[in-house]
Amino acid sequence: MGIVLAMQGALSQGILWGLMALGVYITFRLLDIADLTVDGSFATGGAVCAVCLVNGVNPILALILSTIAGFIAGWITGVLHTKCQIPAILAGILTQIGLYSINLRIMGRSNTPLLQYDNVFSQLEELTGLSSNWVVLIIGLIVTILVIVALYWYFGTEIGSSIRATGNNEQMVRALGVNTNVTKTLGLMISNGLIALSGALVTQQQGYADVRMGIGAIVIGLASIVIGEVIFGHKGAFGTRLTSIVVGSVIYRIIVAVVLQMGLNTDDLKLLTAILVAIALTVPIVMNKQKQLSMYKKLTGKEK
Amino acid sequence: MLQIKNVSKTFNPGTVNEKKALDRLNLHVEEGDFITIIGGNGAGKSTLMNMVAGVYPIDCGTIYLDGKNISLQAEYQRAQMIGRVFQDPMLGTAADMAIQENLAMANRRGKKRGLKWGITPKEKEIFHEQLKRLGLGLEDRMTSKVGLLSGGQRQALTLLMATLIKPKLLLLDEHTAALDPRTAKKVLDLTNEIVNEQNLTTLMVTHNMQDAIHIGNRLIMMHEGKIIYDVKGEEKKQLKVSDLLKKFEEASGEEFANDRMMLG
Repeated sequence: MGIVLAMQGALSQGILWGLMALGVYITFRLLDIADLTVDGSFATGGAVCAVCLVNGVNPILALILSTIAGFIAGWITGVLHTKCQIPAILAGILTQIGLYSINLRIMGRSNTPLLQYDNVFSQLEELTGLSSNWVVLIIGLIVTILVIVALYWYFGTEIGSSIRATGNNEQMVRALGVNTNVTKTLGLMISNGLIALSGALVTQQQGYADVRMGIGAIVIGLASIVIGEVIFGHKGAFGTRLTSIVVGSVIYRIIVAVVLQMGLNTDDLKLLTAILVAIALTVPIVMNKQKQLSMYKKLTGKEK
Repeated sequence: MLQIKNVSKTFNPGTVNEKKALDRLNLHVEEGDFITIIGGNGAGKSTLMNMVAGVYPIDCGTIYLDGKNISLQAEYQRAQMIGRVFQDPMLGTAADMAIQENLAMANRRGKKRGLKWGITPKEKEIFHEQLKRLGLGLEDRMTSKVGLLSGGQRQALTLLMATLIKPKLLLLDEHTAALDPRTAKKVLDLTNEIVNEQNLTTLMVTHNMQDAIHIGNRLIMMHEGKIIYDVKGEEKKQLKVSDLLKKFEEASGEEFANDRMMLG
């Protein structure tokens, strides 16, 4: 029974955190930038959401405000990277570190418990009488589908196409009359907006916000992306790729649930995640090498 | 059309690597001119192209294009008027995007990009027609990723992209240099065809002296950031490679020891 509950929990966790992974995908794969703002903006989403709930703001409005806070965080990284020409990784780190203090300021303390306040999940629970796990799943799925549809549409538009092209070939995009500073900043804003939205949903679901809740989020996001890619491949259509990331996020949570059930110490989880990402990034390269080698052996062997 | 007045550019000023790439350069390009630009390594040919395109800021001087002072405009702003093809076939296209997506991006050069869909059905028809004339069979592979194309195909596509919206000025920076001789000829023929058809004002850097003589209506030779020879019309048509070599030795006082140019 414990394992079934754990799996159900993993599924809903995976979907809520999957939104964060979608955000990471936009910078990591589409813009080809390793944006480390994530760890900060995820907690910013949580912090803004917590303060909203404590002050009686409608939980859905709280999600929207959190997303906007994420946009702003992404914009700051974007300005640092494009206008100030700070390398993307460093620009992200600067924002992330700065956000730690800002998140503390927003909440006024390092941890805000929210159990006595209404949230989107408890509201739906009261409305439908479903169990909390089901409610998280339903809301998570609805938001995820909305986000995937919106991303699919946006990155097919004129401006969205130029954001994708910027990650591909910046020089060409400028030669075609697009200000790449704008496209990069837009990409970073959308990315961190999604990440903050994910942070806000996780906050509402777990019933507290913590200033440290974002630590290692980037690695979890990467894990979801690479797990999705290992299973579904690199090449699929855009909609498939977005879906594969959410699936990757769910699989990541299932792996975590399994190893925790097997008795792994929660303190070791981050190490496990890091190893998982390293392996998942290595596997395609090793497999390619193997394929090359076996082809060589096959072809050269024939000539003997 | 294009007027370059007293433009200078020095890279790494004040260091041991100081390099005067352009030295008080003046050039007046008439509407419809097709100018070939030759010169040794480091003569400033590519720098000239990059200055006109706005890749780096110029140190001094002014550049007018179509009566507008564009000296301080950013690269992406000038792109509205300028079409470009680069030496590296990888630079002109987005590898992970489909052929038609690349063309759709080019079809919006210098226009405002909003939330309309990135490519329309009508555009697809136009692209199909345009690709057909390249004679490379790309019209049947419009949804293929550009990364799957060969260098020559990518250059031909880039050329089409640069001229899809008629540019006021076309900049070709050794755009056939990275191709094998046969493909280079094909791309060059295509260049000639498109430029003549649309009567485009064009600057073409080349290291091939034969091409420089046979193509276009005007030839410029550069040396150490200056234009040392400027010839057009009948006189240009009569030129021989040996004339150009002599001219270079005269102007620079050195022997023209550049294999790439000799072999052309």
